[in-house]
Amino acid sequence: MASVNLLVLVSLAYVALLFVVAFTADRLAATGRSTWLRSPLIYTLSLSIYCTAWTFYGAVGYAARSGLEFVTIYLGPTLVMVGWWWGLRKLVRIGRSQRVTSIADLISSRYGKSTLLATCVTVLAVVSVTPYIALQLQSITLSFSIFSASGPSPDFSPGSSAFWVASGLAVFAILFGTRNLDANERHHGVITAIALEAVVKLVALLAVGIFVVWGLSDGIEATMARIDASEIGQWQVNGGRWATITFLAAAAFVCLPRMFQVMVVENDDERHLRTAAWAFPLYLLLMSLFVVPIAAVGLEIMPQGSNPDLFVLSLPLSQGRDGLAALSFLGGFSSATSMVIVAAMALSTMVSNHIVMPIWLSSRGGGASQSGDVRNVILVSRRMSIAAIMALGYFYYQLSGGGAALASIGLIAFAGIAQILPALLGGLFWRGATRIGALCGLSVGFVLWLYTSLLPGMGPSLMPEATLLHGPFGIGWLRPQALFGITGIDPIVHTVMWSLTLNATMFCIVSLISFPGPLERLQGAQFVNVFDHSAGPRGWTGSVAQSEDLMIMSQRILGAQEAHAMFQQEAALQGAHEKLPEPTPAFLERLERELSGSVGAATAHAMIGQIVGGSSVSVEDLLAVADESAQMLEYSSQLEVKSNELTRTAGQLREVNEKLTQISHQKDAFLGQVSHELRTPMTSIRAFSEILRDTDGLDAQEKIRYATIINNEALRLTRLLDDLLDLSVLESGQVSLNMRGGNLAEVLDHALSAALAGAKPPLELRRLPADENVPLLSDLDRLAQVFINLIANAQKYCDAPKPELHIHVHRDDRFVVVDFIDNGSGIAPDARSMVFEKFARAGADKAGGAGLGLAVCREIMHRLGGDVRYLDGQGGGAFRVTLPKTEGVTVQ
Amino acid sequence: MTGKDVRPGTERPRPSQPVFLERQSYRRRRLLDVARLLPLLGALLLLVPLLWPGSDGGADTVPPAMPMSGAMTYVFFVWAALIGGAFLFGVAARRWDGDDRSSEPGRD
Repeated sequence: MASVNLLVLVSLAYVALLFVVAFTADRLAATGRSTWLRSPLIYTLSLSIYCTAWTFYGAVGYAARSGLEFVTIYLGPTLVMVGWWWGLRKLVRIGRSQRVTSIADLISSRYGKSTLLATCVTVLAVVSVTPYIALQLQSITLSFSIFSASGPSPDFSPGSSAFWVASGLAVFAILFGTRNLDANERHHGVITAIALEAVVKLVALLAVGIFVVWGLSDGIEATMARIDASEIGQWQVNGGRWATITFLAAAAFVCLPRMFQVMVVENDDERHLRTAAWAFPLYLLLMSLFVVPIAAVGLEIMPQGSNPDLFVLSLPLSQGRDGLAALSFLGGFSSATSMVIVAAMALSTMVSNHIVMPIWLSSRGGGASQSGDVRNVILVSRRMSIAAIMALGYFYYQLSGGGAALASIGLIAFAGIAQILPALLGGLFWRGATRIGALCGLSVGFVLWLYTSLLPGMGPSLMPEATLLHGPFGIGWLRPQALFGITGIDPIVHTVMWSLTLNATMFCIVSLISFPGPLERLQGAQFVNVFDHSAGPRGWTGSVAQSEDLMIMSQRILGAQEAHAMFQQEAALQGAHEKLPEPTPAFLERLERELSGSVGAATAHAMIGQIVGGSSVSVEDLLAVADESAQMLEYSSQLEVKSNELTRTAGQLREVNEKLTQISHQKDAFLGQVSHELRTPMTSIRAFSEILRDTDGLDAQEKIRYATIINNEALRLTRLLDDLLDLSVLESGQVSLNMRGGNLAEVLDHALSAALAGAKPPLELRRLPADENVPLLSDLDRLAQVFINLIANAQKYCDAPKPELHIHVHRDDRFVVVDFIDNGSGIAPDARSMVFEKFARAGADKAGGAGLGLAVCREIMHRLGGDVRYLDGQGGGAFRVTLPKTEGVTVQ
Repeated sequence: MTGKDVRPGTERPRPSQPVFLERQSYRRRRLLDVARLLPLLGALLLLVPLLWPGSDGGADTVPPAMPMSGAMTYVFFVWAALIGGAFLFGVAARRWDGDDRSSEPGRD
């Protein structure tokens, strides 16, 4: 039989081994030769601190009492890990980008770096985790007692062993957990030691399981038959508890400070999650694989009344397998120690950052920039916190008497820590979550949990039997385990249901009706959208901070060398060597992150705030950040519009340029033509006048013929000059219009008779006289001139074998429209834009006029308030004349 | 011309957010969907045992209670299947390393 003394020696040797491993790992990490220290395997194994002594020993006891229900404790975390892409990835990313030091820090950081919230979470964590630490101490002493009961044990007392265990663990945690101030730095020593412990406890449990299945039974099938035949051989699970505990375990897995420490704070590489997502559930599966066989076989073999919680130890002992029992003891010891060490580390960081530091800072007044090293203060406070937490756990163990009351504390602690869940999830996924909402939800959940679960669970000393049965002061509907008169619910389901429901409800309602501060909104955006902008907008605005003050403060927290290095690096970045860097917002941001790794976000923010003065960010700044992007969008759309406009303008310019070039060509051509036209009559005038002057003996008939030629040519010149003059008068606006009333039909008749007198070939007319009876107030002579021109053009240019001219008159609400449409081939498309230009002629072959007619027409119509234009698509040459309508004018 | 002048022809889809993806990215998105559904599926499967007939302490309950061996087999089988699923997704996700950032779920 193994003596207790031997066992103590074995445990001491084991602890010494852990020290050596932790020390070596720290040294390796310091020299940077430790790639495997940062491997996903170590990360996965470090997560195993989820499996405490409560689960190592207690799972078998749990299975012996409630069958398969124990497995829910592992199923919850399995679901969380399997769904890592949803939640844990975001959590880890935020933890790394914000340099979060603990779950309290995360919550406080999300809700505007609120010190009050951080303190609340810290208190909640301490209250719910301390009993849990006591539970670990109890399990270690219990396991000692099993050995002492089975062998000679002269000087064993549970109390003293618990004390020594607690002290030893405190020393270990202080030595390796507070080596570096920056809580955000990896504690390679501790993590490696914990990984080793994870292997030990897995091997131990598997060894006992294999011994039970293949040593005490004849393989798997025989064991299964034994299980079915045992007390727990049938499925007997309370459905409410099954679902509730699965959920609770999932919630606690994320919220427990020690889990947060190893999962988020100590995370070295986000990609490790990918491996842990399947490896850690596998670890859990292996841990629980043999639990039911051990429980069933234990129930069968062990004498009535033996504690099923310790079957893992007592079963091998009863079979005389001392070595296996010792291994199993080491497994339980590992589970307890690793949990206690990490929990103490995590809690001490929270306590020192969120309770001690704020008090210390405010007691020193506004002296964040005083000289002196703060690092020692923080380190000492952290070490003291570890000692205090261990002491609390020890006293709790002593007070509770180490009885069965402690056994149920595991789930109660889970329920307590799960109160953080609404604020955490809301903070990660909902930008509308506010600080006040989180505070209210947390308080309500905390109070309900205390009242319905923790106090009743701690025995009659804290909550009298009468209160439990009849409610406080006899108020029945306030009975702690049957709130609002709803009885018959399992206590843990009752607690979880009421506390978490009301917690989440309060959180949502208060968040909805309250308005977050600027910093809260800033942080909210950074948390919820962490994948979109890990850099994030600036929290500090143009500041009045003094670089020297900042330097002094940083030295006190980071240490002189580190602070110097950081400031020099920043100065180099800013391009100012050998000087202190300017306190730009970016620099302040970085400095705050750096400091928050040591003292937590809230404290770091407060310290920088003391120096910078005033609030760091205002609503206006937030809006400015938002506006910036909105302005960019607006600006780019404006640019787009402008560029469209430019494209259009360029197109117009091109068109105009084409036209100008064309006009210029025409002008050149016309100048040639005009000089030609002027010269032809001039030449004949000169020639015939010379003949008249120089030739003697002309008879009278000849003289008359020559004079007539001279006269005709002179008339032609005059006509040409008249047209030019007419046009220039019209264009210069000096024309005087002779406005009078008349009828359109009369004007048309007059124009037709003037234009078609003696026309060859005759032009067939198509008119609707009924439509033409339109009263007009206009310069009728000028109008007739336009009509004559158009009709003469039709007559001149219509190339159909039987030329026809249609004249349509119709009226709309503002204009009278007269269309002249012939049945010829019309004007070529490329010439249409030019016909109204001066000197334009449809073709060189029918050079009848000087090309001024249509230009004159257009000028006249513009003067008369109307227009004339070419009509496309009428099957022939078509011109449309529009005239302003004149209502109420009677024909005079 | 004002900046608010928005005509149908001038609206363009933002270049940073393509509406349709190439085949590879599409597969990746669907794989992510599977990864998201996995915990839900697991939760559902693990709630199935609540439908089983249980024993209320007596030996001769009707219908006969589920034997523990069967219950264990089911629970551990589902558990192993979840681990397998997470493993396969992890292997698939491993190949994305160093790829473009379009797989970021924040953008879909």
